Amino acid sequence: MSRLDDLEAQSIFILREAFARLRRIGLLWSLGKDSNVMIWIARKAFFGRVPFPVLHVDTGKKFPEMYAFRERYAVEWNLDLKVEPCPPVEAVDPTLPPAARSAARKTEGLKLALAKYGFDGLIAGIRRDEEPTRAKERVFSLRGIEGRWDVRDQAPEFWDHFNAAPPSGAHMRIHPILHWTEIDIWRYTRREGLPIIPLYLARNGKRYRSLGDTDITFPHASDAASIDDIIAELEATTIPERAGRAMDHEAEDAFERLRVTGYL
Amino acid sequence: MNMLPNDKILPGHQTPNRPLLRVVIVGHVDHGKSTLIGRLLHETGSLPEGKLQTINAVSDRRGVAFEWSFLLDALQTERDQGITLDTSQIRLRTASCDVVLIDAPGHAEFVRNMVTGAAQADAALLVIDAAEGVREQTRRHVHLLHILGISQLAVVVNKMDRVGYAQSRFVEIKAAVAGELSELGFSAVTIVPAAARHGDGVAQRTPALAWHSGPTVLEMLESFTPAKPLAELPLRIPVQAVYRFDDRRIVAGRIESGRLAVGDEIVVLPRGATARVRSIEQWPALAGSPLAAASRAGQSIGLTLDDQIFVERGDMIASPQQSATAARLLRARVFWLHEQALCVGSNVGVRVGTAECSGKVTLIENAIDPGELAPSKAQAIARNHIGEIEIALTHPIAADVHVQNPRTGRLVLDFAGRISGGGPILARDGDPAGARGRAQEGTPLAAQAGRLNALLDALPAPERLARFCREVAGRLVFTTSFGLEDQAILHMLHEQDIDIDVVTLDTGRLFPETYQLWSETEERYGRRIRAIYPEHGKLESLVAAHGINGFYASRAARTACCHVRKVEPLNRALAGAAAWIVGLRADQSGHRGATALTAVDARGLLKFSPLFDWTREAVQSYVAAHRIPLNPLHGSGFASIGCAPCTRAIAPGEPERAGRWWWEQDGKKECGLHNAGGGKAVAEPAQP
Ligand SMILES: Nc1nc2c(ncn2[C@@H]2O[C@H](COP(=O)(O)OP(=O)(O)OP(=O)(O)O)[C@@H](O)[C@H]2O)c(=O)[nH]1
Ligand code: SF4
Ligand SMILES: [Mg+2]
Repeated sequence: MSRLDDLEAQSIFILREAFARLRRIGLLWSLGKDSNVMIWIARKAFFGRVPFPVLHVDTGKKFPEMYAFRERYAVEWNLDLKVEPCPPVEAVDPTLPPAARSAARKTEGLKLALAKYGFDGLIAGIRRDEEPTRAKERVFSLRGIEGRWDVRDQAPEFWDHFNAAPPSGAHMRIHPILHWTEIDIWRYTRREGLPIIPLYLARNGKRYRSLGDTDITFPHASDAASIDDIIAELEATTIPERAGRAMDHEAEDAFERLRVTGYL
Repeated sequence: MNMLPNDKILPGHQTPNRPLLRVVIVGHVDHGKSTLIGRLLHETGSLPEGKLQTINAVSDRRGVAFEWSFLLDALQTERDQGITLDTSQIRLRTASCDVVLIDAPGHAEFVRNMVTGAAQADAALLVIDAAEGVREQTRRHVHLLHILGISQLAVVVNKMDRVGYAQSRFVEIKAAVAGELSELGFSAVTIVPAAARHGDGVAQRTPALAWHSGPTVLEMLESFTPAKPLAELPLRIPVQAVYRFDDRRIVAGRIESGRLAVGDEIVVLPRGATARVRSIEQWPALAGSPLAAASRAGQSIGLTLDDQIFVERGDMIASPQQSATAARLLRARVFWLHEQALCVGSNVGVRVGTAECSGKVTLIENAIDPGELAPSKAQAIARNHIGEIEIALTHPIAADVHVQNPRTGRLVLDFAGRISGGGPILARDGDPAGARGRAQEGTPLAAQAGRLNALLDALPAPERLARFCREVAGRLVFTTSFGLEDQAILHMLHEQDIDIDVVTLDTGRLFPETYQLWSETEERYGRRIRAIYPEHGKLESLVAAHGINGFYASRAARTACCHVRKVEPLNRALAGAAAWIVGLRADQSGHRGATALTAVDARGLLKFSPLFDWTREAVQSYVAAHRIPLNPLHGSGFASIGCAPCTRAIAPGEPERAGRWWWEQDGKKECGLHNAGGGKAVAEPAQP
């Protein structure tokens, strides 16, 4: 088996465990490269159809290309899509730095969606290599009441046995691609022939490596005009993936605070 | 501090088919695990741009010097307190492979996180502070690695700067560590010096450690090998679900071991119904894809069966020829991580593969606190302790024993809604002698040997020995010829106050050094070693017939001499004994390769080789660490020492037993002690 086959087999195993062990789950679709890969793997795991709702928690500030992608592939992939709005920025913790505060709208949107559907599990496409607090995640990670992550008290998780009994009012975050890296995602996207949002490809010497809200996400200088070019660029670069995400860099603890209160 | 990245190695990205290795870094709190990882990342040029500046600022803000550990310790509490709370993973690329470095916390409070990280590893690096030496969590972590089944281990003696880079201190720690590790079955472990914070010995040979000629930490990483999927073991697929999204009934699961092809017959456990594989399903359907016809260990698959037999989540699909057992009682060695101790009578959740049920603990034995080395008499396994349990299950579930299948031969325990422990399965009620783990009347010896092997295999040698002596009723005889292994075993017996018959065969032709060692050994351990002599009449006839050194003349004369001087006396020593304990190792010569832990000797007794899986290096480090008296001849090239006229020194690189009866061609250089009567599965070999 190749490296990509191994990664995929493990992700399928995790998705099937989530579907079997939890009562009601949803998959968080950020429309980006990672959650697209995750949806594709879910279709493989369940033989063509994603058997649970796919949620887009919409800040309303995504790029037009992202919305176009969502409308097209929700239909083509036969997804049970739920678009959930986020509250205005005024409803968010005012002590957070500006970009983080803007990002935290998504956390609030998530909480509303959780309450609305009664999910006890949410599947999210985060990876360890994106950010050091994500590197400390479990595959099945408990979020308490209010969606809080108690990082000091994570339960043991080993030998692919997962904790999946959240107390009522709490939920699990399931991370099926936690073990993938950015370049794995692109190699897999290429191998499987998956569609991508064109913003990832260079236009006028710039491209996006990570897509978020328009006002807090920035492109970097690049000439990568194809997936092959992206892979070549990643093989050589030493610039971190989330360099273009403002909320990661405002303060040392900004991202941790976001995540502890329920951000992805 | 050298801040220049090593430009020979590219950034932390991997190419698709380089080996991917997972290595956990373990050790006592503050011994420098996270620092070592940070430094490894730096020296291999794996750090993203701007990272060092960020860490510099973060260190400044806390008024500390540049802290490499902050690369991993990303949480605010971790940085404020200077300790790792939870495990994390980060990629590193070396010249030959891609590595996932798993950082583990060393603080006693976070052992559960260490286990979470370590359970994913193929290999481990144990970090020990040169100034502090082996500490409580050092021991605990090594025990946990052992029970988690991680057999590749190397040691980094870190913070060499704190001991002035002194080679003498390194040698001292190395001996102590090697001794402790060998007791746990980690033999021939590579031990290297380093100062992680300054980069000495990490990826480069620096002047400060010029005396060290062994590998760097990075080179040690590259010497590990990734675990392979268990394609060669019998088929096991724990069923995750049965999907009926359309008119197909697709059984979904991951192949934990073995292979599967369309048309194969399978059995579904625990109920035991059989069927044939009709199809291997996949989406999107790719014509001619190899997966569609056959799959193997490691793949997540879906299959349909030709017969509508009942299958549900928690079942196990197995090969009918080599099936697993539906068990209602399991015996396991477990680590326990929950605050509330595991006690006899505790109700816990038991998981094996995807099967789950409740279980009640019916017995606890051999509970220890692995940080203290002290056995606890308690009938409970406290948090972060290890022990053996028997657990009665509410439903039968399919399970293997760990020695037969490491993936389906382990269980996980949950308690109060949280995973809280786990470990290898030693026995099941379906097994020949029952999971009670006691010798039973009338049990045939072979079955008893099999049961003992399952029970003892995973244990460190001293515990194996102690357990064996407790499990086996009747007279136990240990024969020693004062070789390295024999001396190690005698030491283990002495340390644990195990009182059994210790015997040596005095052929009358031993080296003066051996007699000297014999008397020294009696003094050191304060006991007599019983000597058995040849029968004088037979000896007199032998010498009359062949001459005093007649054994050089022919193989027949030699075996006759061995028979009179050793085999017959041994038979007398073993007459009526229940078991014979010996210092055999499997790797001693090609012929001894069949050595098992417990075997059946043709004399009708159990033969027990507690060191069967040790290497010579492991024994050497064990005896050195415990300052056990040794035959000085080992120092002059004698490996295996028997009778003086029949033993010579060997050249470096020669097989160990090349120095015995060297004038005879290689083949069966055995004196007949270890193959008397040639019992089956025991075809084995020699001693004095
Ligand atoms: N003098 C000296 N100090 C070191 C060396 N390596 C690490 N340290 C220091 O030892 C302290 C502990 O290092 P860490 O890397 O955090 O130790 P750790 O083993 O990861 O600790 P936990 O994860 O909390 O168990 C830090 O202050 C390091 O800077 C070394 O080689 N020499
Ligand atoms: S080893 Fe040599 S001296 Fe000793 S019993 Fe055998 S043949 Fe005789
Ligand atoms: Mg640490």
